[in-house]
Amino acid sequence: MPDVRTHEPDDHDNAYSGLLVGDARWAFGTDFEDPLAGVDTTVPDGVDPAALATYCLMLGDDALVLSQRLAEWCSNAPDLEEDIALSNIALDLLGQARLLLARAAAADGTQVPTLPAGSPVPDEDRLAFFRDDLRFRNVRLVEIPGGDFAETITRILLFSTWRLALFEELAHSRDAVLAAVAAKAVKELTYHRDFAGRWFLTLARGTDESRRRLLAGLDTLWPYWTELFETHGVERETAEAGVGVDPAGLAADVDVVLDQVLAASGVDRPALPPLAGVQGRKGRDGRHTEVLSRMLAEMQVVARAHPGGHW
Amino acid sequence: MSVVAEPEPEADPEADPKAEPESEAQLEARFQAVIARKDRIEPRDWMPDAYRRTLVRQVAQHAHSEIIGMQPEGSWISRAPSLRRKAILLAKVQDEAGHGLYLYSAAETLGVSRQELTEMLISGRQKYSSIFNYPTLSYADMGTIGWLVDGAAICNQVPLCRTSFGPYGRAMIRICKEESFHQRQGYELLATMMRGTDEQRAMVQESVDRFWWPSLMMFGPPDDASPNTAQSMAWGVKTHTNDELRQRFVDMTVPQAAALGVTLPDPDLVWNAERGAHDFGQPDWDELWAVVKGNGPCNTQRVAHRKRAWDEGAWVREAALAFANGTGTGTDDNDNDNDGTEPA
Ligand SMILES: [Fe+2]
Ligand SMILES: [Fe+2]
Repeated sequence: MPDVRTHEPDDHDNAYSGLLVGDARWAFGTDFEDPLAGVDTTVPDGVDPAALATYCLMLGDDALVLSQRLAEWCSNAPDLEEDIALSNIALDLLGQARLLLARAAAADGTQVPTLPAGSPVPDEDRLAFFRDDLRFRNVRLVEIPGGDFAETITRILLFSTWRLALFEELAHSRDAVLAAVAAKAVKELTYHRDFAGRWFLTLARGTDESRRRLLAGLDTLWPYWTELFETHGVERETAEAGVGVDPAGLAADVDVVLDQVLAASGVDRPALPPLAGVQGRKGRDGRHTEVLSRMLAEMQVVARAHPGGHW
Repeated sequence: MSVVAEPEPEADPEADPKAEPESEAQLEARFQAVIARKDRIEPRDWMPDAYRRTLVRQVAQHAHSEIIGMQPEGSWISRAPSLRRKAILLAKVQDEAGHGLYLYSAAETLGVSRQELTEMLISGRQKYSSIFNYPTLSYADMGTIGWLVDGAAICNQVPLCRTSFGPYGRAMIRICKEESFHQRQGYELLATMMRGTDEQRAMVQESVDRFWWPSLMMFGPPDDASPNTAQSMAWGVKTHTNDELRQRFVDMTVPQAAALGVTLPDPDLVWNAERGAHDFGQPDWDELWAVVKGNGPCNTQRVAHRKRAWDEGAWVREAALAFANGTGTGTDDNDNDNDGTEPA
């Protein structure tokens, strides 16, 4: 059985606290309503704040939407160890999302949905719970329904391998907030990838049924895979400004890692073409599959019923 | 960190391999002496069969409660109204899975596997706490469950940290620490909502009204209707009666409710200066028995959910076993039934 790793206790009040161990540049307030309390959120010279904010939404929405999908496993996993592990991954991604959405709001407040005057809802929650699906910027890979355990493992393997390569570069961003978020996330993503890699191998080499399910899951996800490496205009602009990462440049590194796992598992890359967009527009443009609206309807229902709510 | 409660098997200093085996009476006397000096019984110690059976029943029921208890709150993770609350709730439900793990591990030291116990649960042969057969109907329930349900669990469980069976007592020490954290978080959610809108305050009160009586029922039937209590207390498995613990919970909760600004739905609840404790009304015990017998609002749903998850996970557990044993697909041991999926 895989190692059991549980969440750190007491780490909710300040989502930023874990970022800054031993780093004297950061001094955090105790106001947990603001995850960036005390952090210098000045946009670096020569960077368009709107582009930086949109870029943060892209990376934040990827994490938020996959976290929502993975949390669906809670109380539904094959055994308690996997239940705990999947919750852990969902928690890590949720923490990343919270920081990235807060960073987006701090960079460009005009992208934050407006609520009635006096609403105490913090900016990152406005972005998560009061933004419509057509303004979500996640890739479609993370939103499609979870499928079985094999498909879930495959999705975590694909996503975390890609995101780990991306965040290793992002840790050198000129934006100090993005750099700090990425540096912390690298450790988390390494664990996610290793967890998924071990299970991918186990299912590939387990029983005939597990292998059949794994291959079916890979086929389901593969058409969404290349979208992660297509460079959106905002990604290009932020990469050129030294704050973002051009995902097209990640393909070689990601392939090396993925091919190792596939080879050890005796699995070939599916020969399936990528999924088209709508007039070329895909997840990064806010054009999604049909399921995202329904997922957000559930995610946002309580928050939207109480636009002046204190939580 | 390891979430498994480690048994601490120790060589028995009095054991002499050349000595005559002890008689049943001597073993029983030694067992009773350990209980009398409030020491721990460890898995490899001799214990009466009835003691073992009682413990398996209690630890299993406790483990099942943790695991079934993931469902009523888990159902709101997808709808949590802020990113912070979503993280808190998901982490809490994850903690409950961890509690289930510690307790199944403690039960394993008594010779029953997690798989056997899970099958007892999903076939309805073993029970879990009836509180989880009530539905969660608003986000305020996430606070109320933390405050009242985890609160009642703490009252029940703190004495169990000193229970006579070592692995159970040690598991309870870890669990109680986390339960008190859950209780504070739940209370903090309610306090935050009470500072919010009128709708939120009404939501909190409605939730407290619904969960107050089921929380009192968590301590079990009144002492005069609790057949197992006397023996369990004599063995040191249980250290306080149901009514003692219920009283402690009420006395602890009343001032917290006042600070929160909610009322508790009991017209008979009043301070009794003579007793130095609160008098309070009786829960509807007929309802408790209906829920215990399987007719609660969610009994069928909770067990069906657990059974579905367990059954749907069977192929994953089988694959992990085959892989670990080296008998999996594409390994040497399996050449005879190669199904063509062997990589080139
Ligand atoms: Fe618990
Ligand atoms: Fe708890």
